[in-house]
Amino acid sequence: MIEIKGVVKNYDGVTNVVDNLNLTINDGEIVVLIGESGCGKTTTMKMINRLIEPTSGAIEIDGKDIKQFEKIELRRNIGYVIQQIGLFPHLTIGQNIALIPKLVKKDAKETLARVKELMEMIDLSYDDYAERYPGELSGGQQQRIGVARALANDPDVILMDEPFSALDPITREQLQNELLKLQDELHKTIVFVTHDIDEAFKIGDKVALMKDGAIIQYDTPEGMLKNPLNDFVENFIGQDRLWKTPDMLKASDVMEKNVVTIGANRSIVNAIGIMRDRQTKVLVVVKNTPEPKTEILGLVGSNRLRGVENGDLKMKDIMKTDFRSTHKDDCLATVLTMRKENNLRYTPVLDDNGSLIGIITDISVLNVITDVMPVSEDY
Amino acid sequence: MDFSFSKFIDYIVNNWQYVLEKSADHMSMSLTAVAFSCLIGIPLGVIITRNKKVSDVILGIANVIQTVPSLALFAFMISIFGIGRTNAIFALFLYALLPIIKNTYIGIKNVEPAITQAATGMGMTKFQILYKVEMPLSVAVIMGGIRIATVTGIGVATIATLIGAGGLGDVIYQGIGMANLQMILTGAIASAVLALFADFVLGKVEKKLTSKGLTTN
Ligand SMILES: Nc1ncnc2c1ncn2[C@@H]1O[C@H](COP(=O)(O)OP(=O)(O)OP(=O)(O)O)[C@@H](O)[C@H]1O
Ligand SMILES: [Mg+2]
Repeated sequence: MIEIKGVVKNYDGVTNVVDNLNLTINDGEIVVLIGESGCGKTTTMKMINRLIEPTSGAIEIDGKDIKQFEKIELRRNIGYVIQQIGLFPHLTIGQNIALIPKLVKKDAKETLARVKELMEMIDLSYDDYAERYPGELSGGQQQRIGVARALANDPDVILMDEPFSALDPITREQLQNELLKLQDELHKTIVFVTHDIDEAFKIGDKVALMKDGAIIQYDTPEGMLKNPLNDFVENFIGQDRLWKTPDMLKASDVMEKNVVTIGANRSIVNAIGIMRDRQTKVLVVVKNTPEPKTEILGLVGSNRLRGVENGDLKMKDIMKTDFRSTHKDDCLATVLTMRKENNLRYTPVLDDNGSLIGIITDISVLNVITDVMPVSEDY
Repeated sequence: MDFSFSKFIDYIVNNWQYVLEKSADHMSMSLTAVAFSCLIGIPLGVIITRNKKVSDVILGIANVIQTVPSLALFAFMISIFGIGRTNAIFALFLYALLPIIKNTYIGIKNVEPAITQAATGMGMTKFQILYKVEMPLSVAVIMGGIRIATVTGIGVATIATLIGAGGLGDVIYQGIGMANLQMILTGAIASAVLALFADFVLGKVEKKLTSKGLTTN
């Protein structure tokens, strides 16, 4: 765990470039620092490996103040990847990756095995690439090596300062995906700086939005999207952001909360009355028990009531029983696909306890879309 | 003065041992001076990359030495240290210092900051960065300085005869004294050949020291 406690950095005695910053980074998490140019992201990051010393405040790794570590020792146990990549052009790829293990006098065989393992991880074959020089590789390949080099000494913490921002969009996306895949296996603690909000939300377990050397909001991407702390956050992430990252939309974001239940033995006349009263076109038929954890038996839409002659029929007789419900955290895309494949108009939404908390209807889906439509234009 | 090609050949055929001896003398004098210049100049060039004020002073001094005409420098040497080979070598050493200091300084200064930053961030010590990163990356520039120093050193060394230090200058100045064009020419050409030869060898050394990663693109 990395704890940044009340850290201030000041160069000129006037402005705090980093201003009383507090941040706790849990083990195995990717924390993204994001914010406008000059807000202090790089400065904050460089204080973690002591490339910059704070003016005041303290940084602790696993409860130990980093000032108690020898600088060189500290840095060898923290991976470092920068935007300009910074591979050594006079050394081969293999030599670049093996540099720190060699400096710390790791066993040569072990080091070689490590280099091979890392190159395999980043999908560059050892036999084809180990003897080549950085100048012979594409930008994307070079930054893969940059990442491999940072992992060489098996550090627990990795600092990445805009590692992918000099790459073209396609390569960037590839490397982001590869990083996430690597992280699934390695569970490193990663501090990742970026300008790119899409990248932040994609990569980060948590995102720290910075402004003028302080953190404005520190939250999961979802938390920040759904509950931006203030206008600055909202403007920074962009109002239509939620829609641009549809995988963040959950069933609970789309559902109609006004969901009305009806007992299985109620009559059609009852149903018509309730629908009118509650202004809904669908009723969820439940067992006749008032407990919260009601068992859903079926659905009755208004079209099922139309033209029914026999007034003795009960809800249980006419309800649709081959419905599907969904969990509140299911991803919208999954729910929509399920609805389409099974030709469903209504999807009840359940919480963790299995209680009914809402229903997804065509209208509720449309409402989410209209939320992000421009309202000004007139047709 | 009269000159013919056959006389020139005659002179060489009859005096090749003498010329060879003077050439060896000349070479050892120049190379000793350059070697000392490297010994002092390269570390000095490295040190001044770490401190702007010191670099201004050192480069300033070296520049001044370089602007003193070589003849004046030798005259100055005699007046202070008297005549002899050691003094000549010392003067040549001073002369070779500037290009070596300057190129070392430039070579190391020109290493991309991103590379040294990555090296520092990875946990390399300053010394490791110097000999594993900065020096290998500036080999071509530093060797360039050494080559310039060597070539000019061999040329300037012809003046060393004036303070009794020997070398090909003996041949040339005797030729001037005797109005013997063959001798003058032989001395001059020998000195030029030595310079070309030294430069060629140093070029090979440079190639050997430069990583393939720096030449493939
Ligand atoms: N050595 C320095 N001396 C004085 N001011 C500095 C120094 N280094 C950085 N700064 C200032 O500190 C502020 C924060 O810089 P920092 O590099 O941390 O920004 P950043 O958020 O990483 O920006 P970017 O997104 O452009 O990389 C900037 O205003 C910068 O001008
Ligand atoms: Mg930055």
